[in-house]
Amino acid sequence: MTSKTKLDSIDSTLQKEPLDVSEIRKDFPLFESREGAISESTHPPITYLDSAASSQQPRQVLSAMESYYETTHANVHRGVYAMAEESTRRFEEARSKVGRFINAPLPEVETVFTKNATESINLVAQTWGRRNLKPGDVVLLTIMEHHANMVPWLMLAAEIGFELRYLEITDDGELVIDDLEKKLEGVRLVGITLMSNVLGTINDISSIASMAHRNGAVVLADGAQYVPGMPTDVQALNCDFLAFSGHKMLGPTGIGVLWARKSLLEEMPPFLGGGEMIDDVRLDGFMPTAVPWKFEAGTPPIAEAIGLGAAIDYLEKIGMDKVREHELKLVSYAMNSLKERFGDDLTIHGPADPSRRGGVLSIAYKGIHPHDLAQVLDEYGVCIRAGHHCAKPLMRRLGVPATARASVYIYNDHHDIDVLSEALAKAGSLFGDAIT
Amino acid sequence: MSGLEDLYREIILDHYRNPRNRGELDTPPAKRIEAFNPLCGDEVVVYLNVEDDKIADIKIAGQGCSISQSSASLMSQAVKGKDISAARELIRSFKAMMSIHESKLESTSSEELDEDQQVEDVVVNPEAMGELAALQGVVKFPVRIKCATLSWNALAQGLDEIEEEANSSK
Ligand SMILES: Cc1ncc(COP(=O)(O)O)c(C=O)c1O
Repeated sequence: MTSKTKLDSIDSTLQKEPLDVSEIRKDFPLFESREGAISESTHPPITYLDSAASSQQPRQVLSAMESYYETTHANVHRGVYAMAEESTRRFEEARSKVGRFINAPLPEVETVFTKNATESINLVAQTWGRRNLKPGDVVLLTIMEHHANMVPWLMLAAEIGFELRYLEITDDGELVIDDLEKKLEGVRLVGITLMSNVLGTINDISSIASMAHRNGAVVLADGAQYVPGMPTDVQALNCDFLAFSGHKMLGPTGIGVLWARKSLLEEMPPFLGGGEMIDDVRLDGFMPTAVPWKFEAGTPPIAEAIGLGAAIDYLEKIGMDKVREHELKLVSYAMNSLKERFGDDLTIHGPADPSRRGGVLSIAYKGIHPHDLAQVLDEYGVCIRAGHHCAKPLMRRLGVPATARASVYIYNDHHDIDVLSEALAKAGSLFGDAIT
Repeated sequence: MSGLEDLYREIILDHYRNPRNRGELDTPPAKRIEAFNPLCGDEVVVYLNVEDDKIADIKIAGQGCSISQSSASLMSQAVKGKDISAARELIRSFKAMMSIHESKLESTSSEELDEDQQVEDVVVNPEAMGELAALQGVVKFPVRIKCATLSWNALAQGLDEIEEEANSSK
């Protein structure tokens, strides 16, 4: 698809890449050959540019889960026999890996397993929020939040009657914080994404958090996009809650994380009720157990937690600094090469400076509707996401119904960007200068 | 590449680039119906003027992908000046052409299911469909069927409402 000469010239720049992508790809069954694993043999090789929606899994993750099921599956926390103990040990080991990965002060105590980032945020809304928010209080969010960090607050606000306030964005996709002091008046909780899943913007929350803390508010960071690609340190971020999902960082679906300061977790009421989360139950009451288990009613996703632990092992072996360096290089390359090729026909939403963004690129090209763009790209095996990306208020702010989003991760390289570029050109010629 | 060429036939691209009957009508007398595809934000607005059981005028507004917008444009051309009964016939045929996957996509209530059942019984005569047959390729792309049927659902809803109002004022 791409001309040979062009590829050669790119290869010379590959010399001192932070990651050896071709080695990494060998760990991913989907990429084992560039053919990918799609059923129709006529389909072109897969160019996977949708990791911001969900990443692929390396064999190490899959086999950690398989080995667990094959050798030690038993319910956790209740068994006396050796196998149940081993199951519990692996589950709790995964928890402390996750906690250490984000530099939690108390990894074993402050790391709560959930289903996904969405559930983590709902947990905070339904427990901390329900206990602490009153009519007249304010929850401060940003207009670039994913629905996951908006709807739980809208739901609760409809019930309790507190105010929702939003930080705006500049045309460059950065948060407007000039008037932060004023915006913080009456605020009890600040909810901010660490990285926008549409604009790619990385939000520096530590200074926002300091100001919020001075005003007596707590800070919830949505790390769904940030944690997979950046070295994450909850102490440096200065947040009080951090939510993220396993499936965007090489882990399986069905496992998410809520980190929170121990003092907060302890004063929060339980979330769901049932087994695992109690110390004692009588006919007229119950005693919740200690944190973090207080928030984990019922049989947890054991294999998934172990899978996430293996994903973290994998990422740590590479090094999160390297992961970040790789994404930055790739995004810079993509922004430069697409701009160079398509000029004003192509717009990339969000910050113009690649170092201000993570691995996502929302593209507007020649007015071609994102659905049409994604459809044509699929014909070339290029997987991107078209839609509102669960950020409808942001779409309205950008004045578009949808965007076409390409996102990169550790297994993507310059070649993937070149294929994207080539496929975009095909879409351009198919639709010509259409468009309303 | 054949699938794509099937989807984006020249007629479709032409109607996308140069939509027919684009605009608005005064309401009232016209009826305004809005249809929305929450999945992708596609939006079609149909303005209908019905006089003497005929679609005297129709205009289309809104924004969206090539499939939703060209389908609306083709539809407006096909039903303008037609009797309501003929327009309903065309809606049935069009939905039958699109029905191969649609019933699976929609979490239909039992009421709507019955309608789908009826739809299956309609025999589609491609000749009678004229330019609309260009949209046939959409059925190969199940996620896009909703784009193609968006304006047709709006039209059907508009005709229902107009007839209901006519009946209740009798
Ligand atoms: C910024 C952000 N927050 C939250 C979520 C929700 O993640 P999940 O669907 O895994 O709960 C996403 C996923 O797209 C996201 O990008």
